[in-house]
Amino acid sequence: MAVEPKEYNLDREITWCPGCGNFAIMDTLKRTLAGLGLSPHQVLIVAGIGQAGKMGQHMKANTLHVLHGRLLPVATGAGLVNNRLKVLAIGGDGDGYAEGGNHLIHAARRNIDVTYMVHNNMIYGLTKGQASPTSTKSIKTPTTPQGNPLEGLNPITLLLGLKASFVARSFAGDKEQLRAILEKAIQKPGFAFIDILQQCPSFNKVNTFKWFKERVYDINEAGHDPSDLKEAFRVALEWGDRIPTGIFYEDPEPRPVFREAVLGGEDKPVTTSEINPLDITEIMEEHL
Amino acid sequence: MADHDYSVKVGGEAGQGINTIASILSRSFADQGLHLFAYQDYYSRVRGGHNFYQVRTATYPVYTFSDNLEVLVALDKASLDLHAGELNPGGVIIYDKALEVETPGDNALPLPMAALGKKHGGKEVMGNSVAAGAAWQVMDGDQTILEQTLGRLFQKKGSAVAEANLKAARAGADYARDNFTGSCKCRLQKTSDKKSLVLTGNEALALGSLAAGCRFISSYPMTPASGVMQYMARQTRRLPLAYEQAEDEIAAINMSIGAANAGARAMVATSGGGFSLMVEGLSLAGMNETPLVIVLGQRPGPATGMATRTEQGDLLFALHAGSGEFPRAIFAPRTAEEAFWTAADAFNIAERYQVPVFVMSDQHLADAYYTVEPFKLNKVVIDRGQVITDNELSQMETYNRYKITESGISPRAFMGQGEKCVMVPGNEHNESGYSTEDPVVRTRMQDKRMRKHKAMAKEVKAPDSYGANNPDTILLTWGSSYGACREAVDRANRQGEKWQVVSFPQLWPFPAKEAMALTGKAERVISVEMNSTGQLGRLLRLETGRQPDLAVLKYDGRPMNATYVLNQIENGGVFPWQ
Repeated sequence: MAVEPKEYNLDREITWCPGCGNFAIMDTLKRTLAGLGLSPHQVLIVAGIGQAGKMGQHMKANTLHVLHGRLLPVATGAGLVNNRLKVLAIGGDGDGYAEGGNHLIHAARRNIDVTYMVHNNMIYGLTKGQASPTSTKSIKTPTTPQGNPLEGLNPITLLLGLKASFVARSFAGDKEQLRAILEKAIQKPGFAFIDILQQCPSFNKVNTFKWFKERVYDINEAGHDPSDLKEAFRVALEWGDRIPTGIFYEDPEPRPVFREAVLGGEDKPVTTSEINPLDITEIMEEHL
Repeated sequence: MADHDYSVKVGGEAGQGINTIASILSRSFADQGLHLFAYQDYYSRVRGGHNFYQVRTATYPVYTFSDNLEVLVALDKASLDLHAGELNPGGVIIYDKALEVETPGDNALPLPMAALGKKHGGKEVMGNSVAAGAAWQVMDGDQTILEQTLGRLFQKKGSAVAEANLKAARAGADYARDNFTGSCKCRLQKTSDKKSLVLTGNEALALGSLAAGCRFISSYPMTPASGVMQYMARQTRRLPLAYEQAEDEIAAINMSIGAANAGARAMVATSGGGFSLMVEGLSLAGMNETPLVIVLGQRPGPATGMATRTEQGDLLFALHAGSGEFPRAIFAPRTAEEAFWTAADAFNIAERYQVPVFVMSDQHLADAYYTVEPFKLNKVVIDRGQVITDNELSQMETYNRYKITESGISPRAFMGQGEKCVMVPGNEHNESGYSTEDPVVRTRMQDKRMRKHKAMAKEVKAPDSYGANNPDTILLTWGSSYGACREAVDRANRQGEKWQVVSFPQLWPFPAKEAMALTGKAERVISVEMNSTGQLGRLLRLETGRQPDLAVLKYDGRPMNATYVLNQIENGGVFPWQ
């Protein structure tokens, strides 16, 4: 039976500002999941703190709305013990690149079977406009009143450096591309990382919808081969008048996902609602 | 058959093999049916330094160490310098002949450990078995038992290694018989054919967790808790158990929160510094009502403190950690046997009340070896609390994860269990798990959560009393310090005193009524703890209004024993609660 995107609707007030990029991202995600035949109860959304993290409150699914920056460890644990769930992790640039930076590195290394969406508006929205790790140099914000002294972090080269198994960037203003990338990412076993550029009409007056729209282009349409890691680095270094989007890198050969590595290839859940005592007689008797 | 109570100390540098010698002797004592308490004192370094293992064996149960020794096995000169003075009159020194030191008295055996090891076992390192064989001979142990022990201990390294160690041990025993000209008062009894387990507090905690059906452990290595995670990591191929060494303790507790919400029994193991990083996650577990077991192996702080030493300085930290107010339970096993059952039951408490549960140990308990009768594994009960069946779930319109109930406990469904979604938030929320700032809902939810504290308090493990009836003096204690107090009370009562130990297997919810009933009539309540501020005494005052009259405290990183407790009381103790 076909799944309708509206099955993911939660009858609750949406608290995002008018014109927020999150609307387009959430709408696209619902369509993508439904299009893949996944029902809400088959999906687990682990959401961080921030406007992006509110996806964990605005969509119907199993949700773990957790602490700022900690979504990837929670997703790691949940996905490891329970393979009946399609696990998505959703957070913003502050959540993922500041507070959760260490976890991002290790989630990529582990190759957890999670699709990780970072809504990157290059500013802090929920806390009202402070600079984020991806904020533009010189931008004035309440915490950088003299202008941001730092260069913005490049999440794509970071993830390429970790040789993450799937590295992509999209833009909230290109729903078609976003859906195509999400479809691939969700179906791919292992860690799939998507940096999603989005406008923040309330707090980022520099990197606006128009600003992104004028700059983004699709690298795959321009001929980039995602199996070429070296070329991916070269393309990913571009930022400014033109902003590359699309799939930068994808493992040419499938590699073991974390679950298999930890559980020794046994792809069965280590948990069910009923658990029996483990027979540890043999282990205990090693102490005799 | 006369009772006996002997102590052997094996001292040397890290890496010299004192653990091997102590393990051989410990296992052999246990196989003669004797009781055991063996603890190690080691520095935070891989090579060098001066470390020792002190093995006490008696015909009756022992839970602490003695002041003095019957036998000292010295692998380095420092062992002679530091520990020869600890020998009882008639005590024996077995020392490495290669040290070329002046003979430390008549009752000493210079033993060519490495040379005999090489000659009879093929390698110098077999000198460890030579030393064990000589010590066993001097203590008049049953030779067949020693040989069985060696066979078992080294079998996993192959029969050639086992045979070589056996030959080396025999050579040590022969050498001692032919060359030891002094005398040793030890006559090791064979008290029983019953086999005991020999295990540390850490091993007991891990074993108890496995028995409870723990399916997930994530941790970051930190002494003295690493033993728990390593033990469990070794079992992942035989059991449906997942283990992950996290990038930090923040990740560790969040992974376990994820696993627990996805349906697994989950735990973390850490020490105070690592737990500091987990505090944020602890608070999340309080808010989203995640059942979680936290093994907290204490060592001296603040900060890095002393990595390999012992302390009980984190009781009030564990009790108060986390932003906001939420229910939790704190257990503190006193022996390895209790550690097993505490860990096994901690998962039940965690799941029945959907709260974080602490199992607190300390380095002394974590690393010490105890003899324990094999656990009756069929007595382990798994109670997951109020869980919704698949059938019940399918008949619900929607599932409310945080349904408000009289007990405060909302029946759980697991993610992916049926076709209903489970919504788990970190914000304040309504019954469905949707975030809210409504003042009425907030108050109702906070009350709901805190009702679980009241429910837990009704089935708290009561403090336990040991010693004289109608005591005039009570030693109030917790954790491994119980061993020292128990022996101190025995010794005082043999001198005609009327003393009792009141010890707390569970510290939160605090068993206030029971504590008052036990301490109310005593003239003198003395809090005995391994910290500098008398945290249990403080908790007693906070929860009952009764303040202990004095304290015996120790916070030099080294464990206390009965003599220390008695001496401190004799000298008037201290009063840390001004």
